[in-house]
Amino acid sequence: MSKKFWETLPQGSVVLEAGSSAKFKTGGWRSMKPKWIEENCIQCLFCWMYCPDMSVKVTAEGKRAEFNYDYCKGCGICALECPGKKGNKAIVMEEEGK
Amino acid sequence: MTTKPLKLKELAKGEDRFAHGHRMCAGCGAPIVVKQVLMATDYPIIASNATGCLEVSSCIQQFTAWKIPWIHSAFENAAATISGVEAMYKSLVKQGKLEDKQVKFIAFGGDGGTYDIGFQSLSGAMERGHDMMYICYDNGAYMNTGIQRSSATPFGADTTTCPAGDVIPGKPQQRKDLTRIMAAHGIPYVAQASPAHWMDLMKKVQKAFEIKGPKFMNIISPCNRGWRSRTDDAIMLSRLAVDTCYWPLYEIENGVTKITYKPKEKKALIDFLKPQGRFKHMFAKENEWMLKQAQEQVDAQWERLLKEDSAVREEKPAEG
Amino acid sequence: MGKIVAVTGNEACAQALKQINPDVCAAYPITPATDLMQRFSSYVNNGQVDTELVLVESEHSAMSACIGAAAAGGRVATATSSQGLALMWEMLYIAAGTRLPIIMPLVNRALSAPLNIHGDHSDGMGARDTGWIQLYSENAQEAYDNTIQAFKIAEHMDIRLPAMVCMDGFIVSHSIERVEYIDDADVKNFVGKFQAVNPLLDLDKPKSYGPLILTDLYHEYKRAQHEVMTKVPKVVLEVAAEFEKMTGRKYSLFETYRLEDAEIAIVVMSSAAGTTKDIIDQYRDKGVKIGLLKPRMFRPFPYLEIADALKHLKAIAVLDRADSFGGYGPLFMEIASAVTSMDTKPAMINKIFGLGGRDYLPEQGEHVIDELINVAKTGKVQTVKEYIGVRE
Repeated sequence: MSKKFWETLPQGSVVLEAGSSAKFKTGGWRSMKPKWIEENCIQCLFCWMYCPDMSVKVTAEGKRAEFNYDYCKGCGICALECPGKKGNKAIVMEEEGK
Repeated sequence: MTTKPLKLKELAKGEDRFAHGHRMCAGCGAPIVVKQVLMATDYPIIASNATGCLEVSSCIQQFTAWKIPWIHSAFENAAATISGVEAMYKSLVKQGKLEDKQVKFIAFGGDGGTYDIGFQSLSGAMERGHDMMYICYDNGAYMNTGIQRSSATPFGADTTTCPAGDVIPGKPQQRKDLTRIMAAHGIPYVAQASPAHWMDLMKKVQKAFEIKGPKFMNIISPCNRGWRSRTDDAIMLSRLAVDTCYWPLYEIENGVTKITYKPKEKKALIDFLKPQGRFKHMFAKENEWMLKQAQEQVDAQWERLLKEDSAVREEKPAEG
Repeated sequence: MGKIVAVTGNEACAQALKQINPDVCAAYPITPATDLMQRFSSYVNNGQVDTELVLVESEHSAMSACIGAAAAGGRVATATSSQGLALMWEMLYIAAGTRLPIIMPLVNRALSAPLNIHGDHSDGMGARDTGWIQLYSENAQEAYDNTIQAFKIAEHMDIRLPAMVCMDGFIVSHSIERVEYIDDADVKNFVGKFQAVNPLLDLDKPKSYGPLILTDLYHEYKRAQHEVMTKVPKVVLEVAAEFEKMTGRKYSLFETYRLEDAEIAIVVMSSAAGTTKDIIDQYRDKGVKIGLLKPRMFRPFPYLEIADALKHLKAIAVLDRADSFGGYGPLFMEIASAVTSMDTKPAMINKIFGLGGRDYLPEQGEHVIDELINVAKTGKVQTVKEYIGVRE
């Protein structure tokens, strides 16, 4: 006999898969989009440390890589905190969809 | 376990224990606090969470941002709940039913769930001496229910239950100094931290985890909705809170107070207040007394802290 | 064969907990349950149990710590009364909704105001909708036996729900009675080893307990919770049968006394049932065909089974040791609900008795039976709900 939908729910509403929020993409919330300008990047990794959405990718060597736009909500903390190189920011905010 | 080095490049190679896909508002301070706390150590961690923004946004239906075992039961009881988890761990290890893996226990709560409704539960758990750490992410109001005042709301702030009215211009009372109250419990470690000063924050977490018994950390956590500021200024405001001495970085270890970061130049409180819409009315001509009073409160607290600071006492030779 | 002792209800329950040896207990003192956990504390401090005892600062924290401990993955118990249960109210729902098999002796006591420390069922009745299994006990023996059975029922893999074992404050909790203890090894063997379901302490498979569930799934979770309650009676009976094999003591969903050929009956729970049985014997001697039904399992309530046991009656008096202000007594409402499934409906009256520990005396029972005889004869009910034993 096939189970009814409510019979398939986990007992006591426990979530069994750790980190499953990754299946919920929050990138669609964005109205402003951060742009990474690699030549101005000094690899300080502040953007990575301060990102509330774990949306700054890092390589296996611990180097900053591209943004993860699947989750980035476009808050702009990274751009504000970016020290840049010689006064030139390595992250700038642009209007989404431009 | 050796304390891991706090080098950004090394930290960045590690795996996040708090995942993306959570539904905190854009630019919220709380997930930054959580990720820094969890990143500071490689010990296994089990956490409880008081009802609030962090809780409702991090675990919805089948989606959880937590990669560590995590439990939410209600609003006022994050401390009691984790104390039960810790007690079970202790019991099963003692009985030989479970291997001791040096698990660390954390309770996360917002200021409402910590300063107010969860205060009794927190106080009780600390007094009982559980091997746990309570972390308050303090955004200074009940943000999850729509920015109502809490006992952590700063003097003068405009919230939905203490609006800046013509007769009563915002919150009339000073904030409760919870960090000191927790220190008064005589627990081995109490600290105040800010996500802008990530190294300081993580060092405190690391230190706390090496201490057996109850620990408390109060961490400022900007909320751009409630503070009515920009979505990009959570770190900037946490830094200004520290540089104006509104939110001093210090720790009290076994009763000894140590300021862990002293601003080279103490900034005026208005630098912290100005970017926040919740303090806007205080800048009106008729409310200037509020700015003065707010500054006086911060000055008094900072002076008191300086007097208590062990480093300062050590520098001064005994008189006579 | 166990040992026969003279003990109070609290002492008997404490003994049951000692024999079961829970991994964690979290408790806060409240009269009249205090003595139970006080005794248990001495077992802990004398190394007679392995339990980690968490002596919390309130009942709210007691239940919160129990929830944390049960989710962590072990056997958990606490005990409380009255205001303590009221303070736990929020957490009772969370324990049940999270499907955590926590066992809690509830020493029934009146609720304030006015403040009163004595026995009635106001506390337990207030918690009837929380999703906990509720077993009510007539005497210390039943409180002891029910406590042991409650673990096996609550921890059953088809159930995994918290359970309250209720006994009357002072009347049972503090009166010394003859109780037959079961051997330690038999108790241990009967309740078996605790099996954790989704333990939080499993570091290899991290779980999240307590998600936010909104309009799209909450209704379904509650449907599932309702379903599990429907499975409880079968498990209660299975456990009772196994218990009877071990002890010779028979338990069911409810107890009947001289009911089979009765024309009228009294329905009453807990200690008052004992007194009522004596009164019934006197009336039987006079030729009155009267019997008794004593519900043991109040949640889930066995409506159909009780209806079947009452279907041949002309009139029923339901005695409630609690009131639902503005409504009928809570037990009456359940019996009335059970009666709706009958073809011929007996006349029913409801008496509220013994609030705040007011003694339930034989005269009160006699007064009820005399009225019941008249109701059965005339088929007419003058007043449905009435307080008895009131000073006028």
